[in-house]
Amino acid sequence: MIPTHTLRAVIYGLLIFFSVLTLIPFAYLVAGALKTKYDFAATLFLPSGDGFLGIGWDRLTLRNFGALLFDFPVPRAMLNSFFYSAVHAVGATLLCAMGGYGLTKLHFPGRSLITGVVLLSLIIPGPLLLAPSFQLLYQLGLLDRYAGLILPGLTPAFGVFLFRQAMLRGVPDELVEAARIDGAGEIRIFLELALPLVRPMIGAFLLISFLGAWNNFIGPQIILQSPELQPLSVALNNLRGVYGTDYGLIMAGTLVSIAPVMCLFLLLQREFISGLTAGAVKG
Amino acid sequence: MKRNRIYHSRVAPWIFVGPFVVSFGLFTLWPLLQSLVLAFQQTFGPATTRWVGLRNFEYLIGDPLFWQALGNTAQFTLGSLFIQLPVALGLALLLNRPGIRGRGLYRLTFFAPSLVGLPFVAILFGPIFEKRTGLLNAGLHWLTGGAWNPEFAWMQNYVMSSLILAALWMYAGFNMVYFLAALQNVSKELLEAATIDGCNAWQRFRHVVIPEIRPVGGFVVLLSVIGSFQMFELSYILLNNSGGPDNRGLTVVMYLYQTGFLTGDLGYASAIGWVLALLLMGIALLQRHLNRKYEDN
Repeated sequence: MIPTHTLRAVIYGLLIFFSVLTLIPFAYLVAGALKTKYDFAATLFLPSGDGFLGIGWDRLTLRNFGALLFDFPVPRAMLNSFFYSAVHAVGATLLCAMGGYGLTKLHFPGRSLITGVVLLSLIIPGPLLLAPSFQLLYQLGLLDRYAGLILPGLTPAFGVFLFRQAMLRGVPDELVEAARIDGAGEIRIFLELALPLVRPMIGAFLLISFLGAWNNFIGPQIILQSPELQPLSVALNNLRGVYGTDYGLIMAGTLVSIAPVMCLFLLLQREFISGLTAGAVKG
Repeated sequence: MKRNRIYHSRVAPWIFVGPFVVSFGLFTLWPLLQSLVLAFQQTFGPATTRWVGLRNFEYLIGDPLFWQALGNTAQFTLGSLFIQLPVALGLALLLNRPGIRGRGLYRLTFFAPSLVGLPFVAILFGPIFEKRTGLLNAGLHWLTGGAWNPEFAWMQNYVMSSLILAALWMYAGFNMVYFLAALQNVSKELLEAATIDGCNAWQRFRHVVIPEIRPVGGFVVLLSVIGSFQMFELSYILLNNSGGPDNRGLTVVMYLYQTGFLTGDLGYASAIGWVLALLLMGIALLQRHLNRKYEDN
């Protein structure tokens, strides 16, 4: 039998080891963003010098961020990313919540057919729809426009599935019936009864959708051609294509691209993880 | 009153489901049907189409690039399954030990890379895989105390290993969250009963923990396979918008993108899309079948 304290030491050792491995690329990213092109090639993390801890603190620079701000279209790309992600997240959450409510709490002909089609469409891999969607957007005149990027993503089958589950589990039929008998309209029942009861799912889905749009690459890459419309993912890859060897600049761009999402997540961590595992564990 | 009832049964449902049905029909179902038509056409950009019957699929069967892309993708998927998921389960088991201090912090650390997003992970790993000054080679140099001076050309000669490594960093913690949630749902009474019956740690793991987390395990495996088979951004960005040397990093979706949006043949791209879709459906059915078989035993 292995003594308990040895086992504990091994476990903490492994946890710390893997944590360090996980954090190294982040450290590399932050250090890289603060270095000049020359120092990036010369040193792995922080440049050595005669400052505190033998590090050349004075050689670190914010010039990369200044360049991003003033010389490259990064502020515009960030605004684009915020706009696209926010509209996508709010729109998809609203439409999916409404769909989920309608498919579970209201009775109408065709309900089971619609539910069946939506659940079946969960198995369609996204890339299959790339070519026909592109053709459709061309026919609708929506290429190179934000509408063309946002509209097709507003009704993910996955979202309706999640909200359907949440409504089935979290909103009792008796409560909805009681509200109806009391004379409440459907819209009021939805807004004041159903939505508050599925609040955790709303939080989680807003966050998942925001993240999905923020990190979407292939969609804007195909649909948007104008440089001034491109979100961070595409803009940064284009910047990398032109200034690929200026790694300090590229790392600074990556850092400002992931920082907002990281902050958002830290604020809403609990809701996110509960939403992530809700479908898997309890289902 | 009667008007009210008609409103409830006829109109109200469509206020809720209507926007969804219209948008879903136009932007999911219609493209899905259209992809079936396109698969039998050749197109030159989105406007000019020509009916070619089954020729797309005939060409696909003999297309060496498609088979290479499929092989690369399968390699990436197997790497994800057999390296990433054991690491994820291992991390979850470590964190699930009773009395671990700072569990939330470790979980957050391991999970953080999956928030970065594929395009940004790819951009970040570019300099890490660099041949001369890259972090990976320099790190190996440092670890051996300077005795070894590796100059692995990661993105030229070890493309798939590099992509698997980047995906490991990104997704191990993500999958760990699922495993950890499953482990925390394992019944304490069952574990205690097993201990009283004289089971050692391994036997408890093998006969109590594994069967209890198996459903979540199956879900994670399926999710990983489906996700890995659709990999695009990592190789596209890390290989500078190309398939890499000798197309060693070409994946199925990348090939679909190249044929559809660089060559402009949306028809052939749809044919590739359908082969991918059927493949993934086959895998999902196989997983369900194995699942049923296991539950019957």
